[in-house]
Amino acid sequence: MIRSELLEALTADNPDLRPDEVEQVADIFFEEIGARLAEGGRVELRGFGTFSTRLRNARTGRNPRTGDPVDVPSKRVPYFKPGKEMRERLNTD
Amino acid sequence: MMRSVGTLTRADLAETINRKLGFSRAESLALVEEILAKMCNAMATGENVKISGFGTFILRDKRERVGRNPKTGIEVPITPRRVMTFRASQKLKDRITKGA
Repeated sequence: MIRSELLEALTADNPDLRPDEVEQVADIFFEEIGARLAEGGRVELRGFGTFSTRLRNARTGRNPRTGDPVDVPSKRVPYFKPGKEMRERLNTD
Repeated sequence: MMRSVGTLTRADLAETINRKLGFSRAESLALVEEILAKMCNAMATGENVKISGFGTFILRDKRERVGRNPKTGIEVPITPRRVMTFRASQKLKDRITKGA
């Protein structure tokens, strides 16, 4: 499923909403999650899963072509942990 | 350094939809639930979910392996299972690296 298919499915189930309204709803949904993660917070959607960020320590990397050492600064990376119900649903036939 | 911020929930997402688009609180919450349900249903049928600009939820099938009860040390088989992983888009990664 891609974003446009999600929008189509939502539009089909909400005949009272215009497609552009459905799109705005989805935009807010994903935008707000991204914004909270960028602020260093977490997003907990019970049953679905939890988004958070984790700190990666600074390290010395290597330029793969030349082998020269490169300082890689510490950074935050996104992390997702699926919820219990989600995990169970993926494993029921 | 990084200010501590709280946890965002369904209610917060619904609240923002209500405030920005003017749908009722109940309708906003129902829409949040629907987005999650649609993505969940797609994955339950074995589909990956790809949201451009955000990331991709990828299903992986794990083979059976031997695990160990960490308390007793007794070996137990871990049954084959399907797990879900999230790969953030480059856009989301960049945003998080920059912070806000």
